[in-house]
Amino acid sequence: MEIGLNHYLVLSTILFAIGLVGVMRRKNLLLLFFATEILLNSVNVAFAAISHYYGDLTGQMFAFFVIAIAASEVAVGLGLLIVWFKRHGSIDLDSLSSMKG
Amino acid sequence: MFEAIAFYLFAFLTITMFFITVTTSQALYALTALAAGMIFISAFFFILGADFLGAVQIIVYTGAVMALYAFGMMFFDTTREVKEKQGNKYIIIGLSTLAAILVVVIFATPMVSENIVALYPAIEGVGNTQEVGLVLFTKYLVPFEVAAIMLLVAMVAGIVLAGKKMDLSITLMNDEDLEKEKNKKVLS
Repeated sequence: MEIGLNHYLVLSTILFAIGLVGVMRRKNLLLLFFATEILLNSVNVAFAAISHYYGDLTGQMFAFFVIAIAASEVAVGLGLLIVWFKRHGSIDLDSLSSMKG
Repeated sequence: MFEAIAFYLFAFLTITMFFITVTTSQALYALTALAAGMIFISAFFFILGADFLGAVQIIVYTGAVMALYAFGMMFFDTTREVKEKQGNKYIIIGLSTLAAILVVVIFATPMVSENIVALYPAIEGVGNTQEVGLVLFTKYLVPFEVAAIMLLVAMVAGIVLAGKKMDLSITLMNDEDLEKEKNKKVLS
């Protein structure tokens, strides 16, 4: 049985759906960050698969840039989260709604 | 044959790990499951022949990002159970499936219309790492440098945000304030 591009795209879709479920049902901001990591990784799988099956290296290049963006997102996001936790003592999403919008 | 076995095995493992990450109520379990899932994801890159990408995935994600999360978790109260949002389950699952299908359509539309041409075709006779280097340092040199500057900015931002008293500037303070600041007991 040959593994084709569609297999990888379906896998990427499943992982993306799991990440989206995580983003929508989590309240804790740290676990929301985990869910965004899953989203970025699922897209990376799709990029690498397309790069392999079309013999083009652009997909891998974009996967590298996605990894770089994920790393910097974690650094800045965790810094902001620490500042928020020092100020309010909680990293729940509900504590962010100070404007009562 | 072996490719199919490896694909299905790692697909099952990855989906299980990420499912644990989004459903568990313990932050520590979520962190460990996410780290395991990242390593299993790198297996797909090795299957697809993107060796360098797989190595980068292991080093950056499980080495740097997970370590950063582990250190970040020391600041938070992660021992208690995480509360979940009480929303409509069907709306959540429906919306996520819809968005995921949208992603597939975005990826699949150029393939169906068959106008994909390999802009930078794989070079014969060299390894994956050499190919990546050749393309990265010719066609993608400017994005590469911009990514380097972005990482530097992120590093500075992380230090300034998480460091103690990094919001004070010694050069901009006058002498009395500086003395006051020196005599003040370090909080927390």
